Amino acid sequence: MMLFQVRGGVKLSYRKELSSESAIVRMPVPKRLFIPLQQHVGSPSEPVVEVGQWVGKGQLIGRGGRGISANVHASTSGTVTAIEERVAPHPSGLNQLTVVIEADGEDRWAELPSPITADFPLPATPRELNDRVAAAGIVGLGGAAFPSAVKLDMRYKYSIDTLVINGAECEPYITCDDRLMREAANEIVDGVRIMGYALAAEHIIIAIEANKPKAVKAMREAARADRSIQVVTVPTRFPMGSAQHLLMAVTGRETPADKRTAEVGAVVHNVATARAVSNAVRRGEPLISRVVTVSGFGVREPANVEVRLGTPVEDLLAFCGGLLPVPTLLINGGPMMGAALPSVHAPVVKGTSGVLALTASEINDGPQSPCIRCGKCVSACPAGLVPVEMVQLIKRGDLQGAKAIGSQDCISCGSCSYICPSHIPLAHYFSFANGKLNDLDRDARRQHRIRALIQTRNERTAREAEAKKAAAVARKAAKAAAAAAAAAAAVSNETLETSA
Amino acid sequence: MTQAAQAIGAIGLLGTGLGAVLGVAARYLSAPADDRAEAVVALLPGSNCAQCGFAGCKQAAAAIADGRAAPNCCPPGGASTAQQVAELIGVRLAADDADAALPTVAWVDEERCIGCTRCIRKCASDAIVGAVKQMHTVLPEACYACGLCKAECPTQAIIMKPVLPTLATWHWPKPATAQRVAAG
Repeated sequence: MMLFQVRGGVKLSYRKELSSESAIVRMPVPKRLFIPLQQHVGSPSEPVVEVGQWVGKGQLIGRGGRGISANVHASTSGTVTAIEERVAPHPSGLNQLTVVIEADGEDRWAELPSPITADFPLPATPRELNDRVAAAGIVGLGGAAFPSAVKLDMRYKYSIDTLVINGAECEPYITCDDRLMREAANEIVDGVRIMGYALAAEHIIIAIEANKPKAVKAMREAARADRSIQVVTVPTRFPMGSAQHLLMAVTGRETPADKRTAEVGAVVHNVATARAVSNAVRRGEPLISRVVTVSGFGVREPANVEVRLGTPVEDLLAFCGGLLPVPTLLINGGPMMGAALPSVHAPVVKGTSGVLALTASEINDGPQSPCIRCGKCVSACPAGLVPVEMVQLIKRGDLQGAKAIGSQDCISCGSCSYICPSHIPLAHYFSFANGKLNDLDRDARRQHRIRALIQTRNERTAREAEAKKAAAVARKAAKAAAAAAAAAAAVSNETLETSA
Repeated sequence: MTQAAQAIGAIGLLGTGLGAVLGVAARYLSAPADDRAEAVVALLPGSNCAQCGFAGCKQAAAAIADGRAAPNCCPPGGASTAQQVAELIGVRLAADDADAALPTVAWVDEERCIGCTRCIRKCASDAIVGAVKQMHTVLPEACYACGLCKAECPTQAIIMKPVLPTLATWHWPKPATAQRVAAG
């Protein structure tokens, strides 16, 4: 199959060998699980359980909120001991509403929807399958955590002809998708076919980076049954796993910066998401666990672990032999796009693809020096931006200027920061600028609303004052009229009297 | 003599001509200062809270238009208003985290509120709900922290509370610039 050139990107040292040959191991259920009610893009889910209540494994504990949202389920059976604010796996270190479950050790399933075991064509409509995916709380497991059912619904809004399955896994260290493709290829392909059916996609392309030949082989083997599926090897180049870039590489379609891939007729799903879809349809199981890569030179036994959602990172690290006695930086996700974990108490959530313990030798964090305008960031930028200019504007505080040259089209891949010989944290500057610009937008909307409130109040008070005035005038007039009438009556009485 | 007359004539002519041009330009090309003041007034909240140090929004707008006050002198207007005002009068505002105070909203201490409704009558954006001898409360979405209610409250029951970032509103802070860059 013909591949298309993708702009920019960087070559990295992958260090995937630390964990790529260790088979996925299942971690036992920890004593306590901390399940945040928001593990996805969109609005948080609403808790539907109470403190003290017993919940079964897979029972709904958080119902998706308004707009884009996703359901959250209990990862094991046990008692809800608290619904409280707990540290989120987020670089801010802020808390979020979390359901705490004390495991009862039985790991007993709650009542699940009936499995659909029939072979293709499935005896369910695409709508029913979408509802099943939504009910199972499935979100993009590649890291972005976008609700999958919303993506499958795109066919009713745009005309979709292509489903791309993302097995690129372009982040260094992370090997969870690689292992999953090798070990659960049949489940993945089944999920891919279900999604292809739900989307009515004509073409299905499974794209895998060239550095995973064993995964490619396993997937080719599994996909032989379905002629509409193509397994494609894409070049190993970061950020190939970005949905827009992968789509560009395999179809040549470029997604506009502020649009979704659906608007150019394609939907991109991750391989682990496909497997979760298969589990939800074939066994009725909601998303309660995921494979996480635990790696880095600071971890004693790097591994790919199937973890229940809500497992604290410290338990996961302990399961992997603990940390070595060297200073390490804990990263949630990959080293390029992931962020520092604020605490080892933070839980593993749906979007956690990796937990990395990086030592000083693995971190490209030299002392910052002035920009020498070498332009390496410009050629590395996969979004076609000019990081060197944007960062100068942001340093000066000219965010509007940075916005005008496209800072909001930054995909935060970090290629510029990686390549910069002066160790300038460019991607960090763009995250700051875009966050600040969002703040300004939010503030502007708020001010707009408040000004409307002030105006309505001013109009109302003016109306009231006018009404008061009018009433006073009317009263005066009525009084005068009454007085005149009385006077007239008096006069007529007088005349009557005199005439009498 | 003729030379002097020539010189006087030339300079005079030049003066008259340029004067006429300037006069025409002043008539047709200038923007009256009042226009800008009016445009600024339209951007300001309009509750005359006087936190800027002027008697009201109109006076503050005139001062901003004349350059006597900074475009970000209006705390209730917030960062977005400051930005719009700055754009209008052609001043560039540096957007930095360092000097940005957290936004605040009014909050009623229910222990102290006596239900006098004085704050409700003062509130320009109808952000306070309550009735006579009933507890009052502030709708944070509608409050823009003008502080009029706080000044009005006879029992000091109103406190301006900072709005703390949440997971939905948090963003990365500006990276610290390296020493060497700062020195250079």
